[in-house]
Amino acid sequence: MSKKTSKNGDLNVVGKPFRKVDARAKCVGQTKFADDIFLPRMLYCKMLRSHEPHALIKKIDTSKAEKLPGVIAILTGKELPIPYGILPVSQDEHALCIDKVRFIGDPVAAVAAVDEDVAFDAMNLIVVEYVRLNTISTIEEALLIEEPRIHEYGDGGNVHKKVSLEFGDVQQGFRDADLIREDTFFYEGNTHLPMEQHAAVAHFDADGKLTLWSSTQTPHYVHRALAKVLEMPASHIRVIATPNGGGFGGKSDPFNHEIVVAKLAIMTGRPVKVTLTREEVFYCHRGRHPVLMKVKTGVKKNGAITGMHFQSFLDGGAYGSYGVASTFYTGALQTVTYDVPRYKFEGVRCFTNKPPCGPKRGHGTPQPRYALEVHLDKIAEQLKLDPVEIRRQHLVKPNSLTANYLRIGSMGLGTCIDKVVKGSDWKNKFSGWDRPNRKLPEGKGIGIACSSYICGAGLPIYWNSMPQSGVQLRLDRQGGVCVMCGSIDIGQGSDSILAYIVAEVLGIDPFDIRVVTADTDLTPVDLGSYSSRVTLMTGNAAIQAAERARELLVIAVAEKLGVPIENLSLAERRVFDVENPETGVSFAEAVVLAESKFGTIGTVGSYSPPPSPGKYKGAGVGPSPAYSYSASVAEVDVDSATGIVTVERIWIAHDIGKSINPMLVMGQVEGSVYMGLGEILMEEMTYRTNRNVVHKFPSMLEYKSPTTMEMCDVKTYLIEDADPNGPFGAKEVGQGPLLPVPPAVANAVYDAVGVRIDEVPITPEKVLKALREKARGRDPRYGPLSVPTVSWPEPLKVLTPAEGGDGKEMPRVAVHS
Amino acid sequence: MMRLPKFEYRVAREIRDAVRMIADAGPAGQFVAGGTDLYPNMKRRQQTPRTVISVTRLSELNQITGDGSSGVKIGASVTLTDVCEHPMIKRDYPVVAHAARTISTPILRNMGTIGGNLLLDTRCNYYDQNYEWRKGINFCLKKDGDVCWVAPGSSKCWAVQSSDLVPVMVAIGAKLRFLSTLGERVVEAAGVYNDDGIDYLHKRADELLVDIHLPPTNGWRASYQKLRRRGAFDFPVLGVAAYVKTDRPGGTVIDAKVVLGGIAPAPVQVTEAELALVGERLDRDQILAAAEAAYIKARPLDNTDFVMNWRKQMAREYTIRALESLSS
Repeated sequence: MSKKTSKNGDLNVVGKPFRKVDARAKCVGQTKFADDIFLPRMLYCKMLRSHEPHALIKKIDTSKAEKLPGVIAILTGKELPIPYGILPVSQDEHALCIDKVRFIGDPVAAVAAVDEDVAFDAMNLIVVEYVRLNTISTIEEALLIEEPRIHEYGDGGNVHKKVSLEFGDVQQGFRDADLIREDTFFYEGNTHLPMEQHAAVAHFDADGKLTLWSSTQTPHYVHRALAKVLEMPASHIRVIATPNGGGFGGKSDPFNHEIVVAKLAIMTGRPVKVTLTREEVFYCHRGRHPVLMKVKTGVKKNGAITGMHFQSFLDGGAYGSYGVASTFYTGALQTVTYDVPRYKFEGVRCFTNKPPCGPKRGHGTPQPRYALEVHLDKIAEQLKLDPVEIRRQHLVKPNSLTANYLRIGSMGLGTCIDKVVKGSDWKNKFSGWDRPNRKLPEGKGIGIACSSYICGAGLPIYWNSMPQSGVQLRLDRQGGVCVMCGSIDIGQGSDSILAYIVAEVLGIDPFDIRVVTADTDLTPVDLGSYSSRVTLMTGNAAIQAAERARELLVIAVAEKLGVPIENLSLAERRVFDVENPETGVSFAEAVVLAESKFGTIGTVGSYSPPPSPGKYKGAGVGPSPAYSYSASVAEVDVDSATGIVTVERIWIAHDIGKSINPMLVMGQVEGSVYMGLGEILMEEMTYRTNRNVVHKFPSMLEYKSPTTMEMCDVKTYLIEDADPNGPFGAKEVGQGPLLPVPPAVANAVYDAVGVRIDEVPITPEKVLKALREKARGRDPRYGPLSVPTVSWPEPLKVLTPAEGGDGKEMPRVAVHS
Repeated sequence: MMRLPKFEYRVAREIRDAVRMIADAGPAGQFVAGGTDLYPNMKRRQQTPRTVISVTRLSELNQITGDGSSGVKIGASVTLTDVCEHPMIKRDYPVVAHAARTISTPILRNMGTIGGNLLLDTRCNYYDQNYEWRKGINFCLKKDGDVCWVAPGSSKCWAVQSSDLVPVMVAIGAKLRFLSTLGERVVEAAGVYNDDGIDYLHKRADELLVDIHLPPTNGWRASYQKLRRRGAFDFPVLGVAAYVKTDRPGGTVIDAKVVLGGIAPAPVQVTEAELALVGERLDRDQILAAAEAAYIKARPLDNTDFVMNWRKQMAREYTIRALESLSS
C-alpha cells in the first residue's frame, strides 16, 4: 500500500501548529499522573536504601518494623531472587539487594503500611548489618583495582565492557594526513531532573491478574521484567504507563520500585503505591555517563579528515543498565556528520559504587560530540580555516554509507549551517583566529558546532524480528475513531502525533480522535519512548493502519455513490468525489457504509526499520531509519575577573525532515537548548569519594540546573528536507538539538577569552584557572592531560564500503567479545 | 514524598501569648513565621520541634514604621516581598530592598519573612540533607553525629551563615529587638551572630525577635553583592555588604564597614578593610586595599556550592564591586 496519503499533496493537519491533544488537561491539572492514583484500601510503600556504598549484607532484622501498628507487609530481597536488567547482556539488578549493596541508595527492604508516615517509621526500624567492602569511585580506580569486584561478570575486575572496532586501515589514514592532532576531554555526568518523581501503583485482583500503573517510558520492557522476576505469565500482567511529567531517558529502565510494589500487592492483596522522593530519583539516575575521551584525527590541509581514532572511558556506576549500548554510542555517530573515511573506536565502561548511569537525552553521544566539535575547532585554528568552512566543506553525502556502515538518507546539515551562520551574522563576528584584530570586543565570543542523531534505534533491545511499533484503529459507526498504540507520551507530544497523522489520512479533525496509549492490555506493542524513535516508528505504523481503514471506507462509499474509488478523497470530515465535490457522504456515514459491508471496522499497522547494512559484531548500535541534523551558533560573554560565562544567544537550525507539528518541534528544540546549557554550564552528578561516596547534593536546590533566568534567547530554524523513511518525511527532534549546544558554547568561550575548557561543565573556576595560565604564558587550557592505560582487545576489523567491504568483520585468529 | 514529623501547632494572637507559649513549650518549642526554612528542615529531620508556634498573626510583627530621617522599624513577620517592594524602603534603604530581593524566589519571598531570614539556620552540604543521606556519613556534628565533615579535626561546626540580609544589617548597624517572659532587649545586629555553626545566635530559644531597627540615613551609603550560581533560588555562597559614610558627597570616608556573608558560621567583619578606607577618599587604591583585606579574611570551606578556593578569590572581586558601586 502506498505511503502517499494525499492525492494532491496538500496537507490539512500535518505541518500545522495544532495544540496538543492532552494540553488542556495538563494545564488545568486534570491529567492523572501515577501519584494521582488512589485506590480503595491502598497501602503505601517505602524502601529502605543502603547507606553503605559497597558492603555485604550480613543480616536484615525486620522484627521491630513488623510489630509497628499499621505495617501490613515487609519485603526483602530473598523473596525476589531473579535478576533483571534492561539489556539481555546485563541482567545484573535485583529488586531488593540480596547479599550485597553496591551504592548508597541501593534498596534492601520495603515496607507496605497503611500510610506513608507509618511506612517511613517502619523503614527506619529495619536493622541491616553490613560488612563493608572497599569502594571503587572513579574510572581510574576501576581500571586499576580488580578486587573487590562490584559485579562477578564483565570484562575482568571492575571493567564492565571493552569494545574495539576498526573500520579500514586507520594508520594509513594518519599517513595520508597533513596534520595529526590529539586531544583529551572529560564530560562530567549529569542527570535528567524530570519534574515528576517516579511513582507506581500496583493492584493484584481476586482473579489473579496484576495491574501496574507507573511513570515509565518503556511499559513493554517493564511488562517483560515483571513477568520474569515475578514468575508470572505475561498474559496475567497489565502495565499502564501513566503520563510522564518528564522522562528524558530517566524512566527507561525497569525499576526496583515497580517490581517491589507489584510483589507487595500480590503479598497483601491490596493496592500498593510508591512515590519516590527527589533524593531517590537521584539514586535511580540512569543519567549521562561521565566520559573521559581521547581523540586523534588526521586531516588534509583543507580540513578533510583522513582518519580518526576515538577512545572513551565511561564511569558506569553500580549496574549495567543501558551501559553496553551507551559505550557503543560514544563511538557510533562520529561518522555521520563529516566524512570520516577510516575510523577506529575503543571504549571501556567501568563499574563504580555510584548510582547507575544510563541513557539521557542524546544517549552516549553528547560527550563524544562535544569532544569532536571542540577538537575540530582546534584543528581549524591550526590550519587557519574558518570553523564554519572546515565543517561545511566535508559533510557526509546524502544517501551514502559511512565507514562504519550507517546508512545516511536525507542530510540537511549544510542548510542548517547556512541558516545559523547567516542568522548569527557570523562573518561579521568571528575574527578568523586573529586575536589582535578582533571583530567582537574581548570577552565576547562566538562559536559553532554541529551534530546528528538517530531517529530510532535500528534494533530492539531484545533480539526479535517483530515490528518495533504497532497501531490499531477502531472506527465507530457514529464517526468516532480510536487509535491505540503502546507508545507513551512523556511530554514530547507522541499522543498528539498519532491523532494528527490519523486525522490527516482520514480527513477528520485531530480532536475527533480518541487516543489510547501505553496500556499492555489495550494497545499493541510499541517499544517505548527512547532513542527518538516514536514519531518515525509509530507515525509509519499509524499511516499504515489509517490507510487500511481509508481503503475500506472508499470501497464502501464508491459502491454507494457509484463513482470510481480513485476519485474519492477524504477531507473536512467527508468522503467525496474530487471531480464533483458536492457528491459525497459524511465521515460517519462512510463508516456506517463500511461497517455494513465489511463488519466491524478495525485495522492495524506496524513498522519495522530497514535492515542495517552493518553485519559485524557491534553493528547493532548506530543504525537508524534516518538521521536528524543540527547546527548551532552560541554567543557568550565571559567575565575575565570571575570566569563567569553568560550565554547570551543561541541560533540553532534543526533538520527535521518534515514537521508534523512545527510548534511541538520548536518546543523540543528550545527544551534541548535549555538542557544543553545546563550540561555545559553547571550540572554535575558529583560524589564525595572520600566521604563514603555519598552523592554531593541529591536535591533540586543544590544540584544546579539553570532557571529561566539563565535561559538565553534562542533563534530556531527548522529545515525541512523530507526523509523517505519518515512519516510524511519526518525525522526526530527530541534529542538531537541538545548535541551542538555544549560544544558551541565551549568554542565561543575560546573565541571570547582565548582559553580552552576541555572539561564539562565550564564552571567559572575552570575558566579563571585557564585565564591565569594564559596570563603566565602557559597553556591556556583546563582539562584532562592524559587517559589511563588500558589493554585493549585486538580490534574487530571491518573493511569500509570504499575499500570494498561487505559490512562483515574480517576473519581473525583470536576473537574477543 | 518526604513527610513532616508529628508536631503540635499553636497560633499566638497576642505577643505576650507567643512568649508564654514558647516558655511553656521549653526546649522542644520553636517559633515559625513563613516556615520556608523550618518545614523543609523538619522534613529532613534536621530540626524536630514538638511544638511550633506561629507568629504571623501578631500585629506588632507585621508593621513597617518610620522613614529614613528618623530610622525605621520593620516587624519580624513582614514578608520579604513586602520588604523589597515597600516604597519607603526602596527609596531610603535601597540596600535592604536589594538584598531582600536577591533571596530565593518570588514564591518563597511571599512566604518567608525578614525575621526568619535574619535567624536563618546555618547551612552546610553535609547538614542540609535528609535523614537517610546523613546516615551515609554517620551524621555530623551539627545534628546526630560527632564529626564536622567539613573539617574533621575541628571541634567546631563550620555550617555557613547564609542569609543575605545579615551582612547588610551588620554593615549598616541595624538593631534587633528580642522579647521573652524575662523582658526585652535591643542589640546591635553585629552582636547577635556567633561564629559557631551550631550555636550560631547569641539568642535564647525562648526569645522572640519582634522587630528590626534600621538607623537613620544620615549621609551613609551601602551596597550588597551576592555570589551564587543562578539568578534566583540560590543561597549566597559569598555576600559582600559595604557601608561607607563620608564627610560630604565624594569627600573623605569617616566611617566604613565591609562585612562578608556566606563564608563562615557568622558574618565576617573585615576591620582591616575599614582601616584602609577611613580617612581617605573612596578611590581605586583604597578600594583595592580593602578588597585585598577581604580576600585575606575570607576563608570559605568546602561545604557550599562552588569550589572554596574560587569563592575566596571572589571575595576580592565582589568587595571591589560593592565598594565601586558606592564611589560613583
